[in-house]
Amino acid sequence: MATDLSSETRPEAEGLALSRTGERVELTLSGAWTTELAARREAALAGLPPWQGRELLLDLEAVSQLDTAGAWLLLRMAREAEAAGLVVTWQGLGEARRRLVEKVAEHESAPGEPARPNRLVAIVERIGEKTVTAGGTARDLLNFLGLVTIALARNLTRPARLRFTSVVYHIERTGWDALPIVGLLSFLIGVVLAYQGADQLAKFGAQIFTVNLVGISVLREMGILITAIVVAGRSGSAFTAQIGTMQVREEVDAMRTIGLDPVDVLVVPRIVALSIALPLLTFYSDIMGILGGAMMSWIALDISPLEFLRRFEAGIRVNHFYVGLAKAPIFGYAIALVGCFEGLKVTGSAESVGLRTTTAVVEAIFVVILLDALFSIFFSVIHV
Amino acid sequence: MTQARQDDDSPAIRVQGLTTRFGPKVIHQDLDFEVRRGEVMGLVGGSGAGKSVLMRTIVGLNRKAAGRIEVLGRDVDRLSDGERQRLRGRWGVLFQDGALFSSLTVLQNVEVPLRAHRQLDRRLQRELAEIKIALSGLPADAAHKRPSELSGGMRKRAGLARALALDPELLFLDEPTAGLDPIGAAEFDRLIGDLQRALGLTVVMVTHDLDSLYAVCDRISVLIDKRVRVGTLEELERDPHPWIQEYFLGPRGRAAAAAASRQRQEA
Repeated sequence: MATDLSSETRPEAEGLALSRTGERVELTLSGAWTTELAARREAALAGLPPWQGRELLLDLEAVSQLDTAGAWLLLRMAREAEAAGLVVTWQGLGEARRRLVEKVAEHESAPGEPARPNRLVAIVERIGEKTVTAGGTARDLLNFLGLVTIALARNLTRPARLRFTSVVYHIERTGWDALPIVGLLSFLIGVVLAYQGADQLAKFGAQIFTVNLVGISVLREMGILITAIVVAGRSGSAFTAQIGTMQVREEVDAMRTIGLDPVDVLVVPRIVALSIALPLLTFYSDIMGILGGAMMSWIALDISPLEFLRRFEAGIRVNHFYVGLAKAPIFGYAIALVGCFEGLKVTGSAESVGLRTTTAVVEAIFVVILLDALFSIFFSVIHV
Repeated sequence: MTQARQDDDSPAIRVQGLTTRFGPKVIHQDLDFEVRRGEVMGLVGGSGAGKSVLMRTIVGLNRKAAGRIEVLGRDVDRLSDGERQRLRGRWGVLFQDGALFSSLTVLQNVEVPLRAHRQLDRRLQRELAEIKIALSGLPADAAHKRPSELSGGMRKRAGLARALALDPELLFLDEPTAGLDPIGAAEFDRLIGDLQRALGLTVVMVTHDLDSLYAVCDRISVLIDKRVRVGTLEELERDPHPWIQEYFLGPRGRAAAAAASRQRQEA
């Protein structure tokens, strides 16, 4: 390509030719002046000598194509020439092109981007903003808890108000449908606990206590935590997405204008459902976790299932099971509460649904672990 | 350049024997459609008649079951990746709600096609984007706003600015005036007419807006019974098809026609 451009054809390829007669400069333009060639045309214009003289004649007669980019390049050059004291005349524009050049000339450059504040100030500002937002969210969530609890009490005192079908539907979606994943994860956690525990306890010759380790940790903590975290990821987020989507489509507003309370219709059934489903799932998770532990004990430690069961019965009080299970409805309540809360906070755009859903999962898991810590303290104080 | 001149005699769009379907549902059956260079073609039809589908098929967003589509003289099925990419640089598409990239400012949105198709100096790229923003009738201070901070009408204008970024020869508009108030819609019509004349564009416009049809369209295609009937407004008004009669000679159609002729007299 470059070799084609012999010195003779070069001015044509660049689309311009400059001639000077006394105080008068004539710039003859040719070829296509389009966005496609804008980079080359700009370079060609930049290669022109500095403006001198009184008059500049721009001849566009030979220009085959002109678009806004070409028009702007020429306008920009013409303005520079005018700034250097030349009088610019356009020639060979024609009606359509004159209109184009006028249109392009009308634009003004956008104001500079708003100045960014000092980095340090920006960081402090962000920390402050986030803290205030977090505080606000905590307050709003507490507020929502109160609102929902009152609605729940209202529903429970007059059970006819409770949307039974909806409750059953949500138990199915959040409980029954979660069985495979919760079961699998709990089983694997049981396996891991038994394997790791056996490894460590073997150093003291106390392999047999693996049974106690698996039993207590699964029943008290692991079963319920794994279940709660899976459900927060699965169902808490689903609640936010469902209610959020309804919010975007103004379904929630429609509900309000009809005289239905969204808390009654959307929130209460989900909270009741999850408070029922989570204990059931936890019970199932406990069984699967212990099964996993038993299997691993059999394989790695040669503790037969029967032996495992005997040790289990002797070594583990039923209290551990109650402690784990007692947390389940509370966690279920909390997860559903956060999920619905974030769903109702969705505003307008589809983007905000995604944002809120992510927030809901993080908040729900945070709340679950926070509550778990509080429960630990509580149970140790009352010596359970 | 020889390429461009060769293309010039061919119509901007030529669709022949197009069939599209979604599953068992046939949207277009053996449809022919042609848009001449430099004209404004309105595309109308009942809801679900496949107006948007036709537009999306032409720009390659939907797959066709059969038929041949030529855009700017090129058969879209017989293009190499590079040629297809170049073709995309020669058209602009305005989606219904602007379809602006929400993470970018208006200015950055308009710069996206420039960055994708042309290697320009940053300053020139920015200036060209600013010109397009001004051409679309947006105030200069809108350039640094994000789409979420704009009203629906402004988002459409910003979308138009992005569609115009590369000075396309062909502009597709999907319901450009839907959701605008009558004043905003009339302004948008005028804007499109102005730009079309100043930039020599070929415009394909899907619309429900009868006023737009009367104000800016040279010819109109009616999608009916899975095919297209083309004509100027006067020709279509004489078409005996009941849907067309109802559409153009119903109360709204007559009102729009009256308004258009009144405006022509004033002008």
